[in-house]
Amino acid sequence: MAELRQSLSLYRFLIAARVRAQLQYRTSFAIETVAAFLISFLDFVAILIIFSNVTQLGAWSVAEVALLYAVATLAFAFTDLVIGHLDGFPGLIRDGNFDLMLVRPKGTLFQVVTGDFQLRRLGRVAQALLVLAYALSALSIDWTPDRALVLALAVPSGVLIYGSVWVAVICVAFWTVEGREAANAFTYGGAFLAQYPINIFDRWLRTFLGYVVPMAFIAYFPALHVLGKTDPLGLPAVLQVASPAVALAAAFIASVVWRFAVRHYQSAGG
Amino acid sequence: MALIEVEGVAKDFVVHRARGRFRRERITVHAVQDLTFSVERGTILGYIGPNGAGKSTTVKMLTGILVPTAGRVSVGGLVPWDERIALARRMGVMFGQRVQLWWDLPLVDSLELLRHMYRVPADRYRDTLAALREALDLDPFIRTPVRQLSLGQRIRGELAAAMLHDPEILFLDEPTIGLDVVAKQRVRELLLRANRERGVTVMLTTHDLADIERLCSRILIIDHGRLIYDGDVNALKERYGTERVLVVDLEEPQGPLVVEGGRVIKVEGPRQWIAFERSRTNAAQLAAAVATRASLRDLTVEEPEIDDVVRRIYLETRP
Repeated sequence: MAELRQSLSLYRFLIAARVRAQLQYRTSFAIETVAAFLISFLDFVAILIIFSNVTQLGAWSVAEVALLYAVATLAFAFTDLVIGHLDGFPGLIRDGNFDLMLVRPKGTLFQVVTGDFQLRRLGRVAQALLVLAYALSALSIDWTPDRALVLALAVPSGVLIYGSVWVAVICVAFWTVEGREAANAFTYGGAFLAQYPINIFDRWLRTFLGYVVPMAFIAYFPALHVLGKTDPLGLPAVLQVASPAVALAAAFIASVVWRFAVRHYQSAGG
Repeated sequence: MALIEVEGVAKDFVVHRARGRFRRERITVHAVQDLTFSVERGTILGYIGPNGAGKSTTVKMLTGILVPTAGRVSVGGLVPWDERIALARRMGVMFGQRVQLWWDLPLVDSLELLRHMYRVPADRYRDTLAALREALDLDPFIRTPVRQLSLGQRIRGELAAAMLHDPEILFLDEPTIGLDVVAKQRVRELLLRANRERGVTVMLTTHDLADIERLCSRILIIDHGRLIYDGDVNALKERYGTERVLVVDLEEPQGPLVVEGGRVIKVEGPRQWIAFERSRTNAAQLAAAVATRASLRDLTVEEPEIDDVVRRIYLETRP
């Protein structure tokens, strides 16, 4: 417990120091934040363009897809804010700077995750909140406590799922330096797919997204529950409230994969 | 039990080498072989050898970064790779080529972060930091982001970072690289004082042989993954550095002198370098002999350079 408190205070201090450093360049910060907002907004524009040709997408209306999109994007945006710098992880291995993490009195995963904090990524968070506000006003949801709870837990669960997938796939870097593109296919590719109702995808892709990389639990299943929709795929209803459990399981698996990979690094290295 | 114990340690790496267009060959590289030594608390140990000799592989095994292929390692009673975090609290590490400080933060923020990471109590941090600021002259750049520091400033910052939590063991890779003469001197004094006052054990690698001569009570020389010398600096000079050089400045330039017991190795205008074996003659006798053949203006005796000594050991031990 003391350990956790110490880690949190260290992380808080790290974020504060970084935010201070990043806000020193105000113009650059403003431009980058606005750019992040606009670029990520294009994803939603793409959905609107689809709906200008159809009224339904796999039995989902535009407002329903907006909710799905907002939850998925919000989860991804927070993940990106916290661990977006994991993109550079293969470089950390290649340059041998991972060594430094092994000589400090903290867990390596903690050090990697807290290695950076890019405030400008808040632009994407803002964009997702805007779409969420639109979705909630356009939909007339019959609010019940359990629906509110499922929606509230969907975002932190989603962050944990994205984060776990991200951590697990960057472990490839411990074996091959060229793993970055493969990792991106899962992280950014997965994030893109999670913004759409999974029932519109082919069966094999759906299985992959649902169970191997549990992206379906980020937005699709929670959205079904919140909207009170029947699952177009006819899957068990319990899946719709299973996101927090799936998230915890994903985090556990990611930490095991991480530990295994670090062990491999220690016996190889160079 | 010694502070550092290394027994029969080996480390192999498997590398793949392209052979033809598609085939790859697996090659096992023996980075370190059959390494055995121990280091008592309070030693300042120089660990030297050419690039690729296995120095950094050894240090990585001692600090818990790598697991050896064979053998036993104990540092402060801990197995480095199994008790990594417990060991990390007790040791300070500096890798000359790596930046441990946070790149985009001011130096002082990095130090404050490390204080949290190592849980240094606030009052002790204040004292230690004050001492380090003084000893390493950090004040002129302590508020500058690390990425804007010069190499010398950064190395001083890195050293402060490594010593902030009062470690009992310091592993330093090239601790004086990029420093000017004054800064080098400050760093050496800082290390000597830490060693004298708090009994800090230091293991350092360096290419600067003045570091070795000024700091180290003992040196290990490694080549091709094997230890080829373990002893003190003076004994090394005794054994391999028995040849000295008398440098004479003559009034007039002339051809190489012929003197009993000496051998001219270089002539540059009126200056000549005469090598001699200490066991056969001495500088005074040699100078007297020179004086009978030419008029002398000045003379100096050159001590053997440790890098010459090291080079001679390499040559002797190489098959």
